[in-house]
Amino acid sequence: MSRALPILTMIAAVIALWYAAAVPMNVQEVLTRAERAGAEVSPPTAVERRDQGSWSLVLKNTGLLGESWSLDRPRLPAPHQVVAELYTSTVDEELNGRRGLVNSGSLSNRSLIYHGLVTLNATLLGFLIGTGLGVLLAIGIVHSRVMDMSVMPWAIVSQTVPIVALAPMIIVVLYSVGVQGVIPKAVISAYLSFFPVVVGMVKGLRSPDAMQMDLMHTYNADKATVLGKLRLPASVPYLFASLKIAIAASLVGAIVGELPVQKGGLGARMLAGSYYGQTAQIWAALFMAAALAALLVWAIGAAERHTLRRMGMSQ
Amino acid sequence: MMLVLAAVALWAAGLALNLRLANGPARDHATTRLLVPLIFGATLIGIWELCVRGLGVPRVILPPPSQIAQTFAANLPLLWGDFTQTILKGALAGYVIGCSAAFVTALIIDRSPFLRAGLMPLGNFMAALPIVGTAPILVMWFGFGWQSKAAVVVLMVFFPMLVNCVAGLSDTTAMQRDLMRTYAASWGQTLLKLRLPAALPFIFNGLKICTTLALIGAIVAEFFGSPTLGLGFRISTSIGQLDLGMVWAAILVAAIAGTLTYGLAALVEKRMTFWHPSQRGGR
Repeated sequence: MSRALPILTMIAAVIALWYAAAVPMNVQEVLTRAERAGAEVSPPTAVERRDQGSWSLVLKNTGLLGESWSLDRPRLPAPHQVVAELYTSTVDEELNGRRGLVNSGSLSNRSLIYHGLVTLNATLLGFLIGTGLGVLLAIGIVHSRVMDMSVMPWAIVSQTVPIVALAPMIIVVLYSVGVQGVIPKAVISAYLSFFPVVVGMVKGLRSPDAMQMDLMHTYNADKATVLGKLRLPASVPYLFASLKIAIAASLVGAIVGELPVQKGGLGARMLAGSYYGQTAQIWAALFMAAALAALLVWAIGAAERHTLRRMGMSQ
Repeated sequence: MMLVLAAVALWAAGLALNLRLANGPARDHATTRLLVPLIFGATLIGIWELCVRGLGVPRVILPPPSQIAQTFAANLPLLWGDFTQTILKGALAGYVIGCSAAFVTALIIDRSPFLRAGLMPLGNFMAALPIVGTAPILVMWFGFGWQSKAAVVVLMVFFPMLVNCVAGLSDTTAMQRDLMRTYAASWGQTLLKLRLPAALPFIFNGLKICTTLALIGAIVAEFFGSPTLGLGFRISTSIGQLDLGMVWAAILVAAIAGTLTYGLAALVEKRMTFWHPSQRGGR
């Protein structure tokens, strides 16, 4: 309870701030509607109001702000509007929509569940590829001096490059040679999730100390045995720490990968929402992405706790 | 076919040279440490060039490095304009505002255990979220200019920086804090003489992570709307025209900018945290 109280207070403060911010953000639109409805607005025309600060407009027209939290296309939708949009585009769409799960037997392409699953697919595939390659490269780096000296600096340089800039090109080029669907997005995800795994695993595979390595030496263990029985088990805590960063990066890669080719996914929903001014739709997609990220990180955390307990490493 | 064989030969030669260098007598020399990755990189570029020419890969799929270099050299003024728009205005402004805001917030949080208990889980959570997704919203609010890009960058760098700063500020042992108490040091003196220096490795870690994040934020935000210049704009329009040489030239600019800023942060770190074990050489 003592841990939940500060967090809940902060969340309540964020929501309160959000409601407060929605008033000045939406004031222009609210006053235009009030003016059309025949109310007395303080600078009377929209042109004059455009040059005024939001707060001064709010203070001059305090009686006319009733619609701030219920506009159709607000600049900043109020939290309950986002929650309502989330509900209509997930549960309501699937249960009652013409193309929903109940009426058509398959997920509706207008629902966030469908788009979330599209993104999740690319994220997980890219994560698996990136993690696999990362672990292999780390094993190579630990065992080969040449690889350590030649590949490692470039792996670091490659991360200072904003890889995401490559995303549209990878998508378009793969599309033009006939590869499309989930693979191009997964490639970007893999690229982003690959580096944290390499760095973490190199650290982890080198974590056994001299005493432990010497013990393996007295057993006359070959490199494969040292890897299987000592290095890999010792690297598990490092691996999980990297995986948590990698899965978050992988989700970002999948979302950005969905921007150039509009074939479903949360990124496509955000871009569509920004084209058509559907702010509630963008926010709902954003919340869905946040929920997805939280779920993925939590799942890896749960796997970490379980594995470390089975291996006898957790405190 | 000859060119492909030449690529294989080049690969073998590069590998043999690196093997000699890495396992030879001068293996721990500073020059060797610099030379081996350089040879590796040069070999890769050579193989790329030879394979693209030898296998006849269409220019719209993968241009050879020589063509990229030509496009880069021929469009320097254009790319410089993109560089100032995206990096100097968007990314740098957002980076400075975001990182300093996070630092100040960390100082405030540090004084109040209640704020710390409430904000840190939120901060950790936010740092894992795909914040790039707020780009369409912020572009809608702040317009197509560099201000919206800076806003995206502020949001992206704030939470990783905050988490690192708070972790750094609490990285002192009870013994060290007791010593400051026996000197009757005030909060400000303790901060300046003990806790800020102790926090520096964490702060620099955050700064280094944030350089890449800032570039990513500024470029991705331009995919959602920008004036007719900027690296993200250049990349997305050049792809529309299938002008892949230009796309790669823009990526080259981003790569150079990213490497330089990261290198600069690492250099300052080396100067300021020379006392830390991780900077004192060894493995």
